[in-house]
Amino acid sequence: MGKAKTIIEKIWEKHVVSREEGKPDLLYIDQHLVHEVTSPQAFEGLRLAGRKVRRPDLTYATMDHNVPTRNRDEVKDQIAKRQMETLRDNTQEFGIKLADIFHPDQGIVHVIGPQLGLTQPGKTIVCGDSHTSTHGAFGALAFGIGTSEVEHVLATQTIWQERPKTLNVHVQGNLSPGVTAKDLILAIIAKFGVRFGTGYVMEYTGDAIHKLSMEGRMTICNMSIEGGARAGLISPDEKTVEFLRGREYVPKGEAFDKKAEEWLALATDEGATYDHTVVINAEEVEPQVSWGTNPSMCVPISGSTPSLDEVEHRDDVKRALEYMGLEENQSITSIEIDHVFIGSCTNSRLSDLQKAASIIEGKTVKDGVKAIVVPGSFGVKLEAEKLGIDQIFKAAGFEWRESGCSMCLGMNDDIVPPGGRCASTSNRNFEGRQGNGARTHLVSPEMAAAAATHGHFVDVRKFSAGVLN
Amino acid sequence: MEAFKKHDGFAFPLNRTNVDTDQIIPKQFLKRIERTGFGAYLFYNWRFDNEGKKRADFDLNKKQFDGSSILLAGENFGCGSSREHAPWSLLDYGFKVIIAPSFADIFHNNALKNGLLLIQMEEKQMLEWMKQAEDGTFKLSVDLENQTITDEEGTVVGFSIPAYHKEKLLNGWDDIALTLQLKKKIEDYENARLV
Ligand code: SF4
Repeated sequence: MGKAKTIIEKIWEKHVVSREEGKPDLLYIDQHLVHEVTSPQAFEGLRLAGRKVRRPDLTYATMDHNVPTRNRDEVKDQIAKRQMETLRDNTQEFGIKLADIFHPDQGIVHVIGPQLGLTQPGKTIVCGDSHTSTHGAFGALAFGIGTSEVEHVLATQTIWQERPKTLNVHVQGNLSPGVTAKDLILAIIAKFGVRFGTGYVMEYTGDAIHKLSMEGRMTICNMSIEGGARAGLISPDEKTVEFLRGREYVPKGEAFDKKAEEWLALATDEGATYDHTVVINAEEVEPQVSWGTNPSMCVPISGSTPSLDEVEHRDDVKRALEYMGLEENQSITSIEIDHVFIGSCTNSRLSDLQKAASIIEGKTVKDGVKAIVVPGSFGVKLEAEKLGIDQIFKAAGFEWRESGCSMCLGMNDDIVPPGGRCASTSNRNFEGRQGNGARTHLVSPEMAAAAATHGHFVDVRKFSAGVLN
Repeated sequence: MEAFKKHDGFAFPLNRTNVDTDQIIPKQFLKRIERTGFGAYLFYNWRFDNEGKKRADFDLNKKQFDGSSILLAGENFGCGSSREHAPWSLLDYGFKVIIAPSFADIFHNNALKNGLLLIQMEEKQMLEWMKQAEDGTFKLSVDLENQTITDEEGTVVGFSIPAYHKEKLLNGWDDIALTLQLKKKIEDYENARLV
């Protein structure tokens, strides 16, 4: 047997098309996902140079960022409309499959990839979108690229990449009851910062990780980019295989079993080494709430905003508190919210909605709080409706919307107004992300649901234990 | 892509860390399907208030920084979203060089593809330059060939850059054209996978 290897090295080596001293490697791309916002200039570039799409069969497009979530027939924003029409025209011209706004497979690109089985272990997957890291949950090497790179992949099905360093994010012990994958990844970023992963591909290891559902793993890998890493992945196991069995784009019957064997063999070998390792103890993790303007500005629900005398980058913290309209040393449970957003590629899958619904069932959204649920895909929406989850949300006073990115970035009209404060299950609390002047607090779906009923943050563990109602 | 060889210009200091691409260009301007014209929206929410009027308290709006073309920034510049609209807006506004202690990965690639030179520089030197640049009269001369930055007093500071990146910038090469010269290798790879 040869040297013990990480899954990252195994996938990388299988995809090198060309390697030369002093240059990045030229990597083959197995799956290219495309959406309306980062692709128009790439297609235009191809047209101007008279180039074709090399492998339309390995390319798949959808519309998610711009789409209205209330009334699909009515795209009021003319510029957004033109962007969607441009994607329609481009995919037609270049022969690419498109899950259009009314298509049953439409959804957030990082939700539909796994749902359709386009996402598979061992694949290299790119998309003009930084949260492409989500697909790493399946043991794929998946990362976000810019528009020039989108054009490059369209034209050549390859990409130039520096060989990354490997980072083992090892989670020791187990998560406590009431603590979710979202809390874990927020705690990891709070502990190690927003750039500890820069230049690395992360692999998440440890029992706690493998005990997570595939949905939970996607939530973790999704936010790798928030820790600076373009890609984060998890070695495939039986759960990975079972999730994919029977999905539209995976092989069927015996061919599937053969594939599954290959997938499982990709897992990191025992004794393989990483360039760097960080360790976190899962037992220490509590439900998290972000208080600031980047995802590392995050504390446990029992905590408070920082004290200015104790922080390193005082000016940055001060500016963040000002933007957020918070005081130093303010307890998290005292923060009142007026918006709740359950959605985004981090937390809009069926199990996310189920968990939020279990908290909200039989209760009502606090007066003055506007709460919306935006399923990650049309498929998720239908499944949820079959299970009656929409009814639970609606009865509690949530709006039940069509699928898309929605209030995660507010490119359509789902915007938090200036000064508004939102408990959000999304991944970025940047200034202006959910709307100019909007204040975002990142939380799990359960914590968002609990905040909706109280109008401020509460510890969801007390909530489900019946201490709070 | 335009080749980058040398650039002389005035520096603008933006002493903030983790400036993300949502700040560099907010989402409402990503709906356009063109590659040009994004400069007007650079740092939009910092430059303009809710009514679209220029904010007097944001330094870049101050007269002394009109025409500045070298951006001095804090660590992890360009983190967050992969939007290439970020380097497009910086270039369109007139910035040619960004100097910072560190850059986010995707932004770094995107900048390179567009001929925007990113220079990594230690924090101590950055803070010194930021101070000097406060009044808008701090001029730097950036020479990619020799990998040097020279101030008006003639003080020279070297910087490092991977040879491969340097060559591409100096020549303004089109990546796709280069890769297509390797078409045979791509075909061989695809064929080998089919068996
Ligand atoms: S849901 Fe948010 S983070 Fe995810 S792809 Fe859409 S805009 Fe990006």
